[in-house]
Amino acid sequence: MTTRLDRRQFILFASLLLLIVLVFAGMGSAYAVRMLVEASCFAVIALGLTIQWGYAGLFNAGVMGFIALGGYMAVLFSYPVNAAFWNSQGPAALLGVAGRLLLGIVSIVLLRQVHRIGVGRHWRNVLLTLAVIATYLTFLTAINPAADLIEGQAGFIGGLGLPVGLGWLMGGLAAAAVGYWIGRICLGLRSDYLAIATLGIAEIIKAFLKNADWLTHGTLTVSPLPWPVPTPGEIGFVGARSAFLALMVVLIAVIYMLLQRAYQSPWGRIIRAIRDNETAAAAMGKDVNRRRLQIFVLGSLLMGIGGAALVSFSRIFDPSGFIPLHHTFLLWVMVILGGAGNNLGTLFGAVLVYIIWVMSEPATLLVFDFIRETGSQWFDWVAPADLDSRALQMRVFIIGLTITLVLRFAPKGVIPEEVVRH
Amino acid sequence: MHAGYGGTLILKGVDLQLQQGQIGVIAGPNGAGKSTLLKSIFGLLTVHSGSIQLAGELITNVEPNVLVKRGMAFVPQEKNVFESLSVEENLQMGAYLRRDNYNHLLEKIYADFPPLAIKRKQPAGELSGGQRQMVAIARALMMEPRLILLDEPTAGLSPLFMEEIFAQILGINADGVSVLMVEQNARQALTIADQGFILTAGKNRYTDSGQHLLQNPEVAKSFLGG
Amino acid sequence: MNELVFFANKVVISGFAIGSVYAMGAIGVTLVFAILRFAHFAHGDLMTVGAFFAYALTVLFPTAGASLGLPTGFVMLPLAMAMTALFAMALDRLFYRKLRANGVKPVVMVMASIGVALMLQGLVRLFAGTASRSFFIAEHKEIFRIALPIEGITRKLVITEPQILLVVFSVLVVTVLHFFLTRSRFGKAMRAMSDNADLARVSGINTQTVVMMTWVISGALAAAAGVLLSLDVSLKPDMSFNLLLPIFAAAIVGGVGSPFGAIAGAYMVGFAETLAVFNWSVLLRPLAGWLPAWIEIPVKLAFVPTEYKLTVPFFILVVVLIWRPTGMFRGKVL
Repeated sequence: MTTRLDRRQFILFASLLLLIVLVFAGMGSAYAVRMLVEASCFAVIALGLTIQWGYAGLFNAGVMGFIALGGYMAVLFSYPVNAAFWNSQGPAALLGVAGRLLLGIVSIVLLRQVHRIGVGRHWRNVLLTLAVIATYLTFLTAINPAADLIEGQAGFIGGLGLPVGLGWLMGGLAAAAVGYWIGRICLGLRSDYLAIATLGIAEIIKAFLKNADWLTHGTLTVSPLPWPVPTPGEIGFVGARSAFLALMVVLIAVIYMLLQRAYQSPWGRIIRAIRDNETAAAAMGKDVNRRRLQIFVLGSLLMGIGGAALVSFSRIFDPSGFIPLHHTFLLWVMVILGGAGNNLGTLFGAVLVYIIWVMSEPATLLVFDFIRETGSQWFDWVAPADLDSRALQMRVFIIGLTITLVLRFAPKGVIPEEVVRH
Repeated sequence: MHAGYGGTLILKGVDLQLQQGQIGVIAGPNGAGKSTLLKSIFGLLTVHSGSIQLAGELITNVEPNVLVKRGMAFVPQEKNVFESLSVEENLQMGAYLRRDNYNHLLEKIYADFPPLAIKRKQPAGELSGGQRQMVAIARALMMEPRLILLDEPTAGLSPLFMEEIFAQILGINADGVSVLMVEQNARQALTIADQGFILTAGKNRYTDSGQHLLQNPEVAKSFLGG
Repeated sequence: MNELVFFANKVVISGFAIGSVYAMGAIGVTLVFAILRFAHFAHGDLMTVGAFFAYALTVLFPTAGASLGLPTGFVMLPLAMAMTALFAMALDRLFYRKLRANGVKPVVMVMASIGVALMLQGLVRLFAGTASRSFFIAEHKEIFRIALPIEGITRKLVITEPQILLVVFSVLVVTVLHFFLTRSRFGKAMRAMSDNADLARVSGINTQTVVMMTWVISGALAAAAGVLLSLDVSLKPDMSFNLLLPIFAAAIVGGVGSPFGAIAGAYMVGFAETLAVFNWSVLLRPLAGWLPAWIEIPVKLAFVPTEYKLTVPFFILVVVLIWRPTGMFRGKVL
């Protein structure tokens, strides 16, 4: 892994800087700084994805879920306390639900040991299945009235009013936990299965966050979310956003340094060995799948943190706003364009792709305005009323095209990882 | 020829000639490039330099399915049957390129390999190792090739089946088919070989008739331990 | 006993209908899985494209079906299937073949298919917008309400014409497929290649032709699934995503590589969905008399709320992956 800035990297980064300056000039400071902050959040997420893909060869098609989960944790921990909830019967109702759930889990755990008292294996499985179903049904019948109660009396459970940074950390941990669970199931299997499973779990996390109004306020959204730095209301847009950006830059620097350190460590050497020559590494007795799982969990952690930061920055938690295109596939483009497994390349890719993505919206609308004008002038063509929203679909197309072109012509990315050959 | 997998060169200058109707055996220590040689001949690996000829026709780097049409057949060492297809379907796949009615050939195969006749509707994956090997060889014979390449046909088989397979190979040869096989059990294989080729580290080491190689004390000491 | 009719409508008929749609999608996916060895994430979009081909034809010839007494969309189906088959072959030629020839890892192929999926989605929505459309432009959708000749039952069985067509078509597809794969020379060659691609090559089978045929079947069936579903519900440009997960789940549950496993898996997923979102309270209420007083039947008792329907195929998938990754019919884990 080389860190010396050779000519090519220098040119690429210089061009990126130029692009950023252009955006400042064209769209104004407030807009540009906001764009950079969002790009930095995406950069953290992209780092998570690049180690999953670049180091462990794992295809995570459900990045959106990890982001959303991280974002929700930020809400749960940092949003002010909802006094209405704590004063109502909500907590008691939830306690009741939790109690029933606990009872169910305890009985399942006990039942798992039932074969010791002589119950046949077949019967044990039957009993276990029944217990699981019963627990699920009791939970369901308990949570629905509890949910209705909370929604009626307090809207939703609110937050815990704790520091924002804690929310970000918890976001990372929650995402890591989900990553661990999914990884345990899928890692011994074919990589396609992981892709399908992560795709599924992302949709389910989103569905849950969207519909559990009692927990997340669902489509009614939660806002405004607090910031770890002074808000725009206090020191103006440019000032506040710049402060946030500074925080993110520090965070990225810290993460980057830690990753580099890990990479040089004995653990990192094993990881690299597995990536470069899996059969040899396995033959040497290194438990390949356990290492892969570690990478997957680490990557998920970063995604959770980045997702939390992103949601905090946007100041609003809207589950419907998480879309695979924006929150999964855009990241994939960032990673494969920047060079999978190469942290510096990924940072470059993240910023570049995000700038292109953000600027593509006004650009596309401009192009389609032009088409609409010339169309009506030259051909008397009346554009459909929703042409503008359709125009935004072009961005979907462009992302797909980018993925295809990069895979075809620059599969190792623009700043590829240098694999040391012995 | 020089040939290998991708960027790695395994064969670094191998010369081999076999006459029509002969049985040739390629032997040598592990890693000598025996299987690589066979796969290169059949077009499964890239030949970087050198040439392969079949009865005067140049066939270097030609696609396998074209070679099948030209009368060559290949029996790989592993995964050499279609496990989910029945025995009969395996044979039908062997005869895929035939356009004629080949029932007579099927009957002959069943006569030559009686266990297959009994299990013809069973999936090949359910057969024992020795029977699978029979299916693998029978599949290759369905095109009535003039040359059949066998990659370690007795690998993993009991001594009884080993005898059986060698007997079958002799039978095939008696029908006029040339045989070129790679064998780990060099001692037994060389007894039926018209030509023996011993390779080490991707190059020829000894080339002679099977009988002579067996009588050669050097060869016996170094290579025919098994 | 009206409740049983309600059950039949909501679970049996619906489950069978959606299961048939999943089945046709899953067969295509499992064939691509088996022969090309990757998960084709653009399959859902193939279904959308196929449906739009049929829609375009229906718009052009809205009365074509009237003369045959069938919905025009259905009459245009064979043509749409052919168009989509060609389209699928073109996709392979343009996007996948080069990568395959370079021997890339299956994961890269999946990524490429995601790129293709996004491109198709963008294009479809660019030209067709995001609104739903109905296939029934110059005609209306026939709904059959069948009164059962049993005393005491006032509820009627509800079956729509598209559902009947779906069933008939599925049975036809399954039969033809069965004979193709087990009796025809080429069908066996496909099975051989799915079983052992190297040996197939060694036996003289032209693997390029088999690949082409795989895309033809996959594309044609995707179009059929898309059209038949849209006939029954409506043509939604974003249906691709919601179908992808159930179809993949069906293919994996049935054992990747086994078309008949895919069909079985599809019906399993379909029925699991309808059973899970069904309001079981409806069936329990008549039994209230027999149950002890302290058991209170909730107003709505469904295993899974309707908004979470997507969790059902995912759940099935996870269970299968933990318990038996090779699927029911012992396909390959690949």
